[in-house]
Amino acid sequence: MRLPQQPGERLDRERPVEFTFHRMKVRGFEGDTIASALFGEGQRVFSRSFKYHRPRGLLCCQGTCPNCMLTVDGTPNVRTCVTPLTEGVHVEAQNVRGSLGNDLLAITDKIGGPFTPVGFYYRTMIRPRRLWPLYEKFLRSVAGLGSVDKHRGREQRYDVEHRHAEILVIGAGTAGRAAARQHVAAGRQVIVVETDPTRMDAGEGFEVVNGTALGVVEGGLVPVDAGALLLRYRADHIVVAAGAVEQPLIFPGNDLAGVMLPEAARRLVGRWSLKPGDRAVVIAADQGALDVVPLLEQAGTDVVEVVDLREQRLRQIAGKGRAGRIAGVELDGRRVPCDLVVMSGGRQPAYALLAHAGARVEYDRERGIFAPLDLPDGIEVVGAAAGEVGDTTVPAATFNGAAKKDKCFVCICEDVTDKDVKRAIAEGFDSIELAKRYTTVTMGPCQGKLCHVPSIRLYARENETDEATIGTTTARPPWQPVELGLLAGRPHEPAQRTSIHHRHKELGAKMMWTGTWRRPHSYGDPAGEAKNVHDTLGVIDVSTLGKLLVTGPDAAEFLERLYPNRFGDMKPGRIRYGVLNSDAGRIMDDGTIARLSEEDYYVTTTSTGAGAVVEWFEWWNAIWQMDVHIVDVTGALAAVNVAGPNARELMTRLTDLDVSNEAFTYLDAKHAHVAGVPALLLRIGFVGEVGYEIHLPSAYGEYLWDSILESGADLGAKPFGLEPQRILRLEKMHILIGQDTDSESNVLEASMPWIAKLDKDDFVGKWALEHVLERGFREQLVGFEMENGVVPLEGGQIVVDGRPGGRVTSARWSDQLGRAIGMAWVPPNLAEEDAELTVKVNGSVEKARVRLRPFFDPDGERLRS
Amino acid sequence: MSFLLPCPNCGPRPVDEFTCTGEVTIRPKSSPTLRELTDYLYFKRNVAGIQQEWWCHRQGCEAWFTAERDTRTNEVLSVEVPAER
Repeated sequence: MRLPQQPGERLDRERPVEFTFHRMKVRGFEGDTIASALFGEGQRVFSRSFKYHRPRGLLCCQGTCPNCMLTVDGTPNVRTCVTPLTEGVHVEAQNVRGSLGNDLLAITDKIGGPFTPVGFYYRTMIRPRRLWPLYEKFLRSVAGLGSVDKHRGREQRYDVEHRHAEILVIGAGTAGRAAARQHVAAGRQVIVVETDPTRMDAGEGFEVVNGTALGVVEGGLVPVDAGALLLRYRADHIVVAAGAVEQPLIFPGNDLAGVMLPEAARRLVGRWSLKPGDRAVVIAADQGALDVVPLLEQAGTDVVEVVDLREQRLRQIAGKGRAGRIAGVELDGRRVPCDLVVMSGGRQPAYALLAHAGARVEYDRERGIFAPLDLPDGIEVVGAAAGEVGDTTVPAATFNGAAKKDKCFVCICEDVTDKDVKRAIAEGFDSIELAKRYTTVTMGPCQGKLCHVPSIRLYARENETDEATIGTTTARPPWQPVELGLLAGRPHEPAQRTSIHHRHKELGAKMMWTGTWRRPHSYGDPAGEAKNVHDTLGVIDVSTLGKLLVTGPDAAEFLERLYPNRFGDMKPGRIRYGVLNSDAGRIMDDGTIARLSEEDYYVTTTSTGAGAVVEWFEWWNAIWQMDVHIVDVTGALAAVNVAGPNARELMTRLTDLDVSNEAFTYLDAKHAHVAGVPALLLRIGFVGEVGYEIHLPSAYGEYLWDSILESGADLGAKPFGLEPQRILRLEKMHILIGQDTDSESNVLEASMPWIAKLDKDDFVGKWALEHVLERGFREQLVGFEMENGVVPLEGGQIVVDGRPGGRVTSARWSDQLGRAIGMAWVPPNLAEEDAELTVKVNGSVEKARVRLRPFFDPDGERLRS
Repeated sequence: MSFLLPCPNCGPRPVDEFTCTGEVTIRPKSSPTLRELTDYLYFKRNVAGIQQEWWCHRQGCEAWFTAERDTRTNEVLSVEVPAER
């Protein structure tokens, strides 16, 4: 099927490539695109159209039109005319019931006439309203493009790269290369971006990058689609050399397979040595189509008729089809049999990128094109994109003639005919922007490249005005359709792992996400791990806590202003629990604040809040300008909490420090060597047993972990994960920010009034809290225990007088207590010890009793012992 | 949004490296009325024009600074580090 080798052929005939098309084995050559290989195998119909399911063949062969879109290896809407052929790909037709040759849905083309004008579905199929979902399902299945395989999962990884160029040239054609050489000569660093992989040869002094510039967006950013890589180019100067787009002629049957643009014929013969047809008619409004005549003749095509519209006026062109393929054209009533029509309706400068950047676009009556004007600073346009499209005549809006035979497509992507556009005008869509939205002309995969100018021409003619008056629609990025994955990119939020991470894995921990951190959910037995803390000794990695050093002469004052708590009166070596508020009085974060010395405070935050807290601290200090330094040491320090009746014994073994209850009391902070490593010890009790948080350089994290488990082995030392910690803290009614509180919660209603020292002159959130007191409480956070031991769902409803009146924020079964316990927001009148709550559990209602004091060790005797 | 913001320390950088906490507001001095408080907390001026804003170069030097930006064009007219005021 191939011609003898043509000059400039891109094939490697020594290397055949095998692939499948509809489960049939077919062959092409290295250097083929999927479409050219299929063409070589005799395939002429590549797709079925959007609405009418008309057979469509190669039209542009350069990745513009939708005609060659096939599903390749499960990826829909692949433009196979520009997709290099690779061994073993599976290619399938899309939007077809049956086969490409015999699509059952093609009936819409035959009987669709009165039923398929624009807007038909939306006007007709809305009644009865409740049936619309059914209609919609049907319409979606019969119209449109390929469908996404929802079960396919993520196979492709997309990435983003930020790049900089002094000069970015878009387009490696003649004009682009000339501009590049010029800038290189001026000593600038030049990058050229080019879509066509066959034009990649590097020039002298500049690099050519294979990709498609999708737009010129704010700040001169040029996103370039390079397959699975999105290149974000910033350039000092942008040269747009995007060329021009060959325009089709608008005549009945202009969508039949075998009607193509000059470049398609040029590529079929020149690149892949394929004969586009046996008998050709060439109709040209400019040199474009005429130039392919010798090429066709050389390929053995009989060029039976050449019409140069610049010299010869034609009123009527009508394509005559047989089985969806062109079989002849009527030229002013004269029938010319043929199987190939090469048409060129002039070239339209590809101004879209310039329009994105803010250039004005104006119609040029002489040449019948829209050309860019008034370029913004730092943008330059050269070549055809600037309007150098050669000698051309302005083709008629349509070549309908008197007797219409077939549909006459203005927009082949969306199957919009001249009739549709006329109807839109008749219905009163008098602005091109509205008509565009109504008819969907220019809204298909070609994004107006082939239909924008023809639709404006038709619009002008029907409104008896000119194209300049009609104007253009707004050009927006992306210039070329882009895979959504490319825009989504790869998440750049990194996973954070503590220095003890690998020990958790070795111990078989089930890991979970908390913010960006990976943390052990449990080591397999949450209830057992919690019990072990109560009975002997538990060990938990709390390196994820945010850790800040706040130092300087104003450190105390700074914290007093930020927190509702008081810190100035703390003795060095003491710790206080603090809750951070916004100025609206909302709880942001919580943690412990240890005063290490007169001017040094060590602040811990929640695991997920560290970044926000640092930013918050820095921001307020940018306003206050106090003499204080904030250092984020979250990553630098590891932290391990040891808790349980045997914790003190463990500490005596690991350190020389006097850890007796008298020397090292609850809420003391001390520096000491633990297992030989300098560390900061905080005696706090989030989990309700005697406990020590050991903070030390993270390089020693693993070593400390090992030392604890080793020397505490006979004390029952066992690791526990987040889930047991959640049970333990709930037993103590310690809140979890973000779990028990939300963006509306304040410390007063969260039942922590002692936190807010409203007698202080000022602190962030003070006034809002004062107003909360004034207006009275709307709800309150309380503990509850279930009467029958059922654990309600977190988020479950508290029912008051038959209506939703509150919500459960935490609930767990506690083995230690033998009860189901939880916390909930309830109306203030129910915030009393023993008040009865009605909790919705699985559709039925269960009784619970309010508890205001910790469920476990309410007086903190164990904690302080 | 993809404009470049001139960080006082790092020079022009893509705006997505920064966080913005909105226009510079004036915190009431002491015991505001509820009206004054809600004005300060929730009623931003939200001008279509030049506005003073707080920005933080979060993925860079982490410095907070104020910028004068035209909200219509995203043109940044000036930046200032408060410490150097």
